[in-house]
Amino acid sequence: MPGPDKETDLTERIEAFLSDLKRGGSGTGPLRGSAETARETTALLRRITAQARWSSAGDLMEIIRKEGRRMTAAQPSETTVGNMIRRVLKIIREEYARSRGSSEETDQQESLHKLLTSGGLSEENFRQHFAALKANVIEAINELLTELEGTTDNIAMQALEHIHSNEVIMTIGRSRTVESFLKDAARKRKFHVIVAECAPFCQGHKMATSLSEAGIETTVIADAAIFAVMSRVNKVIIGTQTVLANGGLRAVNGTHTLALAAKHHSTPLIVCAPMFKLSPQVRRLTNEPDFYNFCEILSKVNVHCPVFDYVPPELITLFISNIGGHAPSYIYRLMSELYHPEDHEL
Amino acid sequence: SRFSDIQPALFCNLFIAVLHIFARQTEGKELTKEEKQRLRKEKKQQKKSKEKKDEKASQESEKEKKPVSSASPASQPPTQPITPKAVPTLVPVPASETPAPADKPAKSKAEMKAERRARQEAERASKQGKKGEVGQQAAPGKPKAPPSELQPVVKRLPEHVQVDNPEVLKKLAKKLERQQVSYRYIPLRSDYGYKVSLFSHLHQYSRKAPLTQQLSIPSTVIHPAIVRLGLQYSQGIVAGSNARSVALLHAFKQVIRDYTTPPNEELSRDLVNKLKPYISFLNQCRPLSASMGNAIKYIKKEISNIPSQCKEEEAKSKLLNCIDRYIDEKINLAAKAIAKSSIEKISDGDVILVYGCSSLVNHILCEAFEKNRKFRVIVVDSRPRLEGREALRRLVQRGISCTYVLISAVSYILPEVSKVFLGAHALLANGYVMSRVGTSQIALVAKAFNVPVLVCCETYKFCERVQTDSFVSNELDDPDDLIVTRKGKTQLEHWQEVPSLGLLNLVYDVTPPDFVDLVITDLGMIPCTSVPVVLRVKNVDQ
Repeated sequence: MPGPDKETDLTERIEAFLSDLKRGGSGTGPLRGSAETARETTALLRRITAQARWSSAGDLMEIIRKEGRRMTAAQPSETTVGNMIRRVLKIIREEYARSRGSSEETDQQESLHKLLTSGGLSEENFRQHFAALKANVIEAINELLTELEGTTDNIAMQALEHIHSNEVIMTIGRSRTVESFLKDAARKRKFHVIVAECAPFCQGHKMATSLSEAGIETTVIADAAIFAVMSRVNKVIIGTQTVLANGGLRAVNGTHTLALAAKHHSTPLIVCAPMFKLSPQVRRLTNEPDFYNFCEILSKVNVHCPVFDYVPPELITLFISNIGGHAPSYIYRLMSELYHPEDHEL
Repeated sequence: SRFSDIQPALFCNLFIAVLHIFARQTEGKELTKEEKQRLRKEKKQQKKSKEKKDEKASQESEKEKKPVSSASPASQPPTQPITPKAVPTLVPVPASETPAPADKPAKSKAEMKAERRARQEAERASKQGKKGEVGQQAAPGKPKAPPSELQPVVKRLPEHVQVDNPEVLKKLAKKLERQQVSYRYIPLRSDYGYKVSLFSHLHQYSRKAPLTQQLSIPSTVIHPAIVRLGLQYSQGIVAGSNARSVALLHAFKQVIRDYTTPPNEELSRDLVNKLKPYISFLNQCRPLSASMGNAIKYIKKEISNIPSQCKEEEAKSKLLNCIDRYIDEKINLAAKAIAKSSIEKISDGDVILVYGCSSLVNHILCEAFEKNRKFRVIVVDSRPRLEGREALRRLVQRGISCTYVLISAVSYILPEVSKVFLGAHALLANGYVMSRVGTSQIALVAKAFNVPVLVCCETYKFCERVQTDSFVSNELDDPDDLIVTRKGKTQLEHWQEVPSLGLLNLVYDVTPPDFVDLVITDLGMIPCTSVPVVLRVKNVDQ
């Protein structure tokens, strides 16, 4: 019987994905880039839409929310999972609204009148059944997948607008987005890149070897020398793990120092981040530390090894995403286009 | 360079040949003072007349990679470097080269100095933009004018920041030649690996190729204590500005103990000249620090102040006492004074952040702990030196509770910190603090979080140089130190084979004075900008 088989198959896949997420965070499994995670999450959500049993949009949203909560709980630091879930929820809402026939604009506008009369709760309960909803939603998710596949290339295409010749560019750690950004610019321009190695994982080394193989003049420096060489740097281009709702960043360890040094020398700080990294979270006061034993630890010593840094939006000059460049003060607006306010808390 | 392989082999053969020739010539004869003087005067004449010719000739020879070039064989026979062609002309060199202390040289030295200065002004005017700032030499600058006069600054740019200038390298090679006493060569250490273009004016050596491997055996020019010291410096066994100065002074004590004045020589002149090749050698092993420079200045001054009628034993014991007193006063007592003032700044419940391993800061913290102050320490460390682990070990042994982080986690941990204590390698005359690379970064982040930054520094580390960034005068360490293995893979293992990849391992950086709130010295607590005042006061004392 196709029904139960499909269901078990679906649950298996979900379980496999969850365990992958858990392993990826602990460092034992293969380290995945966020683009991959986003794509896999979206593919999985498409499968859920196709194979799970639901009759109305509300059901589907419930199912997705439930699975989404499990996924984010498996790996809290991997925010792209949550972001994709919220995107899909927004897609479902939109498709539902379109099927109902009401224009999108009136739904999205939060006028003062609407706030007062609705009493804070939406009147929609998404209970109506539409036959074409499934197909529409799956089509929309496919569009999303295409968008995801093209993000790195879209960002890289903008490289020549931001890099002139004979520049000295600084970056930290390893970001696939920044790597392709710089490689694309290197095809037409000659410039010099300084990579801060980002101890203790020293991801910067891999970035440097990969850039130098593309023929870019690269120099590797220790983290301690960031301020010392900053006076000769023209631009700082970094990637990030998450872009927060206020325009700040959750980026790899050492980025805050880099941002402060750039601010001191008035060097522009450019962040290359695709849209799927935009998260409606705000900064959490507790950092998730990742303990990495690289030295003999005496019994009386505490060792801290945080993985991420928070960078406030005042230190950032520009965001480059697959839909163009934005100032940090514009991020909140983009977020309202991507996610529905009710989905901020899954 | 490829020549460095060939040269040692050639030298061994040449030494023996040259020695034979020389021994035959001056068997059992010692040149008298007058003869030496005459030869030096001759040399001076030759130099003056051939000066302009030499400049033009040397321009063409800039292409040569050999540090020792044979650019001007004809014009300057007295200072001919050892090359295969030059063996016969080498012979008259030693006669004029042996430093001849006499009563008259005081005058001719001044004349020569004036000449040299005039020459350098001309050179400087002809070159564009190579000399951006004045630097001070380690050699003793005689403080003639009283400090109330503003002295005209005619200082030479130190050699170690002119690596990209082949003329300077040539001059250094000649200087090393001149300083040898029995024709054993003090080799010029060759650079290693690809240098980042911003730093092509600095040396970059490999730790795996210490200078001592290039020395011939036995080396009668360099005292064995100095050879050992040089090796310890280049391998990083003795590190830290206080440790290096103390080791240097102890080695000099040994040298003085083993020294005997040759006949017809004065101790005050000859000993200073004996020390010059040692200092050049140590400079080649690892560039001298500001504290070492000041210590050397002090010793040279003490030696030249010894009255000529003093007996040798008495003079030597006097010098040894001077050195002991210097170490005591400037380092040990200063540390005690600084600790006393700093303890007032440490209150109960403090969380103190320290960076790397500064002997002075460790001393302060241990003293404060002895006086029963309750605080805890956060030790910040950085690759590739990882000196913080040593500081951590010392503090934990005393029982102080510590936390350990890498420098990239500084902005994570700084909200907990109440004070930052930093050590210094030198304090520059414009108020900048020269210290281990990463110090300026910590000061920057501390300023952003409004945490007070205190720098602890003894006054003997104050230096008259001025500097605004970390590029013009710095030290490049072995670039291979940055290579590391993570998860079984060494990414940068073959960095030399990739033409566009460079590794940069800086040792020092300068912290602007607006990041530093207070400097604690043995003369009291001063702001960063009062450094030139202290220097002026010290000059008056001397």
